[in-house]
Amino acid sequence: MKSLKESLIRWRRRPWIWSFLGAILIWVLAVGLAGGHGGWSVFTTALAFSAFTVLVGLGQMFVITLGPGNIDLSLPANIGLASAVAMKVMDGSDARIAIGLGAAILAGLLIGLANYALIRVLRIPPLIATLSSSFVIRSVGISYGRGLQIKPPQAFADVVLTRIGGISLPALLVLLMSIFAGVVLARTVYGRSVLAVGQNARAARLAGLPVGLVRLATYALCGALGGLCGALLAGFTGGSSLDVGAEYLLTSIAVVVIGGTSVAGGLANVPGLWGAALMLFLTATLLNSSGLGVDVRDLMTGLIIIAVITLAGGRRSLR
Amino acid sequence: MNAVVKSGPSKLWTDQNRRFDPRRLFRSALPGLSLLIVLAAIYDFNPRAISYFGFNLMLNLAVPVALATAAQLCIIAVSDLDLSIGAYVGFIACVTTTWLPTTPLLGTAAILASIVAYGALGALVHWRQLPSIVVTLGMSFVWLGLALFVRPQPGGLSPVWLSTFMGLHVPYVPFPIVAAVVLAIVLHLVLMNTAFGAVLRGAGGNATAVGRSGWSLLRIKATAYAMAGVLGSLAGLSLVGVSSSADANMANGYTLLSIAGAILGGAEFIGGRISPIGAVMGALTLQLATVALNFFQLPEVFPGFRIPPEWQVGAQGIILIVILAIRALINRGEA
Repeated sequence: MKSLKESLIRWRRRPWIWSFLGAILIWVLAVGLAGGHGGWSVFTTALAFSAFTVLVGLGQMFVITLGPGNIDLSLPANIGLASAVAMKVMDGSDARIAIGLGAAILAGLLIGLANYALIRVLRIPPLIATLSSSFVIRSVGISYGRGLQIKPPQAFADVVLTRIGGISLPALLVLLMSIFAGVVLARTVYGRSVLAVGQNARAARLAGLPVGLVRLATYALCGALGGLCGALLAGFTGGSSLDVGAEYLLTSIAVVVIGGTSVAGGLANVPGLWGAALMLFLTATLLNSSGLGVDVRDLMTGLIIIAVITLAGGRRSLR
Repeated sequence: MNAVVKSGPSKLWTDQNRRFDPRRLFRSALPGLSLLIVLAAIYDFNPRAISYFGFNLMLNLAVPVALATAAQLCIIAVSDLDLSIGAYVGFIACVTTTWLPTTPLLGTAAILASIVAYGALGALVHWRQLPSIVVTLGMSFVWLGLALFVRPQPGGLSPVWLSTFMGLHVPYVPFPIVAAVVLAIVLHLVLMNTAFGAVLRGAGGNATAVGRSGWSLLRIKATAYAMAGVLGSLAGLSLVGVSSSADANMANGYTLLSIAGAILGGAEFIGGRISPIGAVMGALTLQLATVALNFFQLPEVFPGFRIPPEWQVGAQGIILIVILAIRALINRGEA
């Protein structure tokens, strides 16, 4: 009896549980509205789309965990450019898929490094630095892509759209990456350093941690994940597009916050990303299928974000 | 946390005693210098643009941008950030074109209620100690949703009085410049020259100290946000006055533009360090730079070097980076 109570308390302490409960509730509503049919397909579709949100959410989570002020606003431009780079390098040829993927990730990585260079060398706040760089990246994307929509190689599109037991391959990949990210955060020197810097950068520096290097690696990681997301999205949607990343500006931040990661930094939560991403996608599905328009969907998304952050409390919970 | 400590009373005191520091002078002149450089560049492209009609045309959209920047400045003054101002300006524009011409009472009530909502948001941010970025991020969805509800399709009508006012022809000086100057002066007087403004900025610099000396931080935050709501509403109204139709997404870019303008104008993200006149100049600079890049297709920066059209967005980013880099250099010397 006691152990049950203890485990209940332990479960309640996990903030990500709420995003999953919310996702399940909305899933039940959505399936109920459809007359109890298609529950599995609604779930697998949600998984397939959430995978991309979680992928960029992972990068954004690492950056936000670095502490107050740290944020990457260049992700949408990054995703758009990377999708163009991937498609152009692959050039519709199955043999060049690996090179294209590598090129997209490299492009993202370079963007991350450039972001950190702006932050560090010019001492610009991350918000403004990544905002300014996103303008520049967008122009690079326009002049590089020239508005062409290049089709992905058939094999690449097939792989990205493959479903194993109903679950899409990108979702499985991102699931593995999430587990890996969780292990990195909890068990590696780099992961622990990110948390330490986020909790108190001054203390971390005095403790001898290479704070600058940790930040550099984190922005680079976030950029690389954005690059990978761009390449996968191009395969998923059947071609590169500069606007493919537009929706990920706000959703990448939203899933991090709803998922229980502390906005004040120093406290990350990987499972919550999935719960939040599924919840947002299922909310959109539910509102779409119940005939309500995009206006109600936006309104609900906003109210959910505010409700979650109000209930979870802000900086106070950290102290 | 460091910055809060840095901008404590002792720092303020020494600042006042270093009035003749050339670096500080250069720093505060930077927004004006940037504006002059952009003006000089425009004159170089086309001397006729620097005229009464040229300015009327180029600064057409500067009034709403400057008002949105002023709104953002009120939030930055209390060390918060507003990621919803663009969506809010769009929402107000939708309300203005949909309800104000036909049912003015409903329209006015909606705008007043939104301002109250803004103030309540500030109270919520203080009460629950929430990060403003996340709350206003959520609000940006809310305003966008409401805007789409009010006006699902772009279009609508501008109230006649509004278009007349925004199309006002002032003799000798173009109307947008008059409006910008009035805005800068009023904002400067309220934020920099009144006791209330000092308390507001104080709350941005050291909230604990202001709270301990007996001011209600809740009221300060709510007032700052409500002021942003008022200025944001004016931005929406003036935007309709200029463009005479509305679309829920029409002002989304204002969020980032307003932050950039305020920062260009010399504001710091934390510590309640702001400059209202600089912010208005920053907004004008960004607006003129955008217009210059749009109007004069393929402007020739150096002989033989033209900016391709796809680099117009990028040029904005580069302008921002360059000006911030110069400021970082000055700050480094100062420290």
